Amino acid sequence: MTGPGDRSGTDAEQGATAPGGGFRKGAFGVSGSGDTSGFGGLVRVEPGGAVALHSTERPYGGYFDEVTDALIDAVGQATYDAAVQRVLADRGEITYFVAREHLLTLVRALRDDEALRFELCSSVSGVDYLDSGGPAAGPGRPRLHVVLHLTSMTYRRRIRLEVAVTAEDPHVPSVTSVYPTADWHERETWDMFGVVFDGHPALTRILMPDDWDGHPQRKDYPLGGVPVEYHDATIPPPDTRRSYR
Amino acid sequence: MSTTYNPTDPYAGSRETTEGRVYTVTGGDWDQTLGAEAYGEERLVVNMGPQHPSTHGVLRLVLDLEGETVTKARVVIGYLHTGIEKNTEYRNWTQGTTFVTRMDYLSPLYNEAGYCLAVEKLLGIEAPQRARTIRVLVMELNRIASHLVALATFGMEMGALTGMTNGFRERELVLDLLEEITGLRMNHAYIRPGGLAQDLPPGAVEHIREFLQVMPDRVADFHKLLTGQPIWQARLKDAGYLDVTGCVAMGVTGPVLRAAGLPWDLRKVEPYLGYETYDFEVPTADTCDAWGRYLVRMAEVNESLKIIEQALDRLEPGPVMVEDKKIAWPAQLSLGPDGMGNSLEHVKHIMGQSMEALIHHFKLVTEGFRVPAGQVYVPIESPRGELGYHVVSDGGTRPWRVHVRDPSFVNLQATAAMSEGGMIADVIAAIASLDPVMGGCDR
Repeated sequence: MTGPGDRSGTDAEQGATAPGGGFRKGAFGVSGSGDTSGFGGLVRVEPGGAVALHSTERPYGGYFDEVTDALIDAVGQATYDAAVQRVLADRGEITYFVAREHLLTLVRALRDDEALRFELCSSVSGVDYLDSGGPAAGPGRPRLHVVLHLTSMTYRRRIRLEVAVTAEDPHVPSVTSVYPTADWHERETWDMFGVVFDGHPALTRILMPDDWDGHPQRKDYPLGGVPVEYHDATIPPPDTRRSYR
Repeated sequence: MSTTYNPTDPYAGSRETTEGRVYTVTGGDWDQTLGAEAYGEERLVVNMGPQHPSTHGVLRLVLDLEGETVTKARVVIGYLHTGIEKNTEYRNWTQGTTFVTRMDYLSPLYNEAGYCLAVEKLLGIEAPQRARTIRVLVMELNRIASHLVALATFGMEMGALTGMTNGFRERELVLDLLEEITGLRMNHAYIRPGGLAQDLPPGAVEHIREFLQVMPDRVADFHKLLTGQPIWQARLKDAGYLDVTGCVAMGVTGPVLRAAGLPWDLRKVEPYLGYETYDFEVPTADTCDAWGRYLVRMAEVNESLKIIEQALDRLEPGPVMVEDKKIAWPAQLSLGPDGMGNSLEHVKHIMGQSMEALIHHFKLVTEGFRVPAGQVYVPIESPRGELGYHVVSDGGTRPWRVHVRDPSFVNLQATAAMSEGGMIADVIAAIASLDPVMGGCDR
């Protein structure tokens, strides 16, 4: 179940998706000469590509600069530079892309420092950016992202931390020692995405049955389903159906 | 399903026949005690649920008891997992609202509102003023219905069955209103990205005003029935203790956190949909126990009534869907004698009058609209606490990922902290005071 599955059939049917690419040609999912609208030359950036490419320059605006300065004060410039790979301020929200080795240092400072005080870990979840890193990344791309949403009840601020790992080495340190509430969130992320949280007290499945194989919310998890026969036709599983992209 | 067969399974012996392998499931292992002697005679492991009248749905509790004292409480969830988050990735953005509304089935309109606010934030649009006011209106109606179920099942689980019948009776008043407005008692799919499925039907405002007249008396009846009752107080007071530190560490929000004394209500601290313009209080208690949570919920019903009244007063005529025809779902519905149906006027418009309207209708219904790539996290205050929507778009016509931070899921983690060291009877009070909804917890 780990590693990219065989989606060649899917790609052929969905047309213009470049296999494994972070870019997509066209606006209507039509390949070949089907598109006469003039949008065929449009190149759009996929989320994996956008995540891998973009970074916001300072000032970030709002309270984001204050939080960033306080974080640098708390952990030191050297640690901050090593820990935070990129910062993205988008739609009034800020995302710090964090190297996993430094995650615990950062969250401990974020919770305990007087100028930060992110007391509440609202949510930990996973996102599978199947094509993260664009076409050049190849296998071993950091496609599994663990996303932490932290809330400062004192200052009424929210930030997002994001840790990206590969499907081959899906290890992320557990933050349960800092935020006990992350316990079930991390179990769910393990269950659904197969991210291993090192240091979690009991990393077991939580929503799926204990003997389940695979991690269902990964994008290459085969949906399979049961072919339904109806008047000599079969209904394919949802991920292989023809669809607008 | 991929259960692997274990050939040495002691509980399912098998034999080969001409028709294939036949299993005989036995299981009669009650006389085997597999090392339990080491724990002494006092230790008792009790399995409650997943089907048990006082576990609020399919929740399973594994309790270690010494006498009547709980030494360890483990919570097992997942029995109602339906893969809604995954499902939304294979439907277009508008269809998502029909999926998320089925998660926390006691507060469907909060699921819809949270999801739609997240999609609108990704799109960079805002619903028209009338749609925002009606959203507040139906959400607060929904909060009353949800709290009434919480109080009703609370009563049932504590043995006050009249509390249950009263609570469900009052809830019917709200559900009748929601049915009139949205067409359905639950799972409304009424709030859509960009606005609402339809405007308030004629007569709805009058019926809501009649409800506002009736409801305060019914709340007073509830107080008369339960609040002063010595047995009720004895069962609830000091049961399920969790203070602010415990709540924040366990991520517990909503009435449970407010009953611990922290007036943390997202409608006040991070207002959305114009909540900052409404005049209402955030009820709190300082008891940190099930009693305080009961009082907070009762008080919140009254505050919701105040908000509904203000929302009715400020309803101005206007559109309930954004103007942008590339986003606004075109299939306006009309309430016919047979319930909901297509608007004849709209069909006439697209079939006979406007080529562009037909194209928009066709493109939106078959393909859906595209949402610019990016991710957002939108928290709103549901009756159970912070309901957060983490929505990721890849720029396509379907969500790349929808993760729901459901308050039931997070709050249930506190069960062990609230129950261990207490009596087994207080476990029921503690869980009832969390008001978990397993549909939202397991998603």
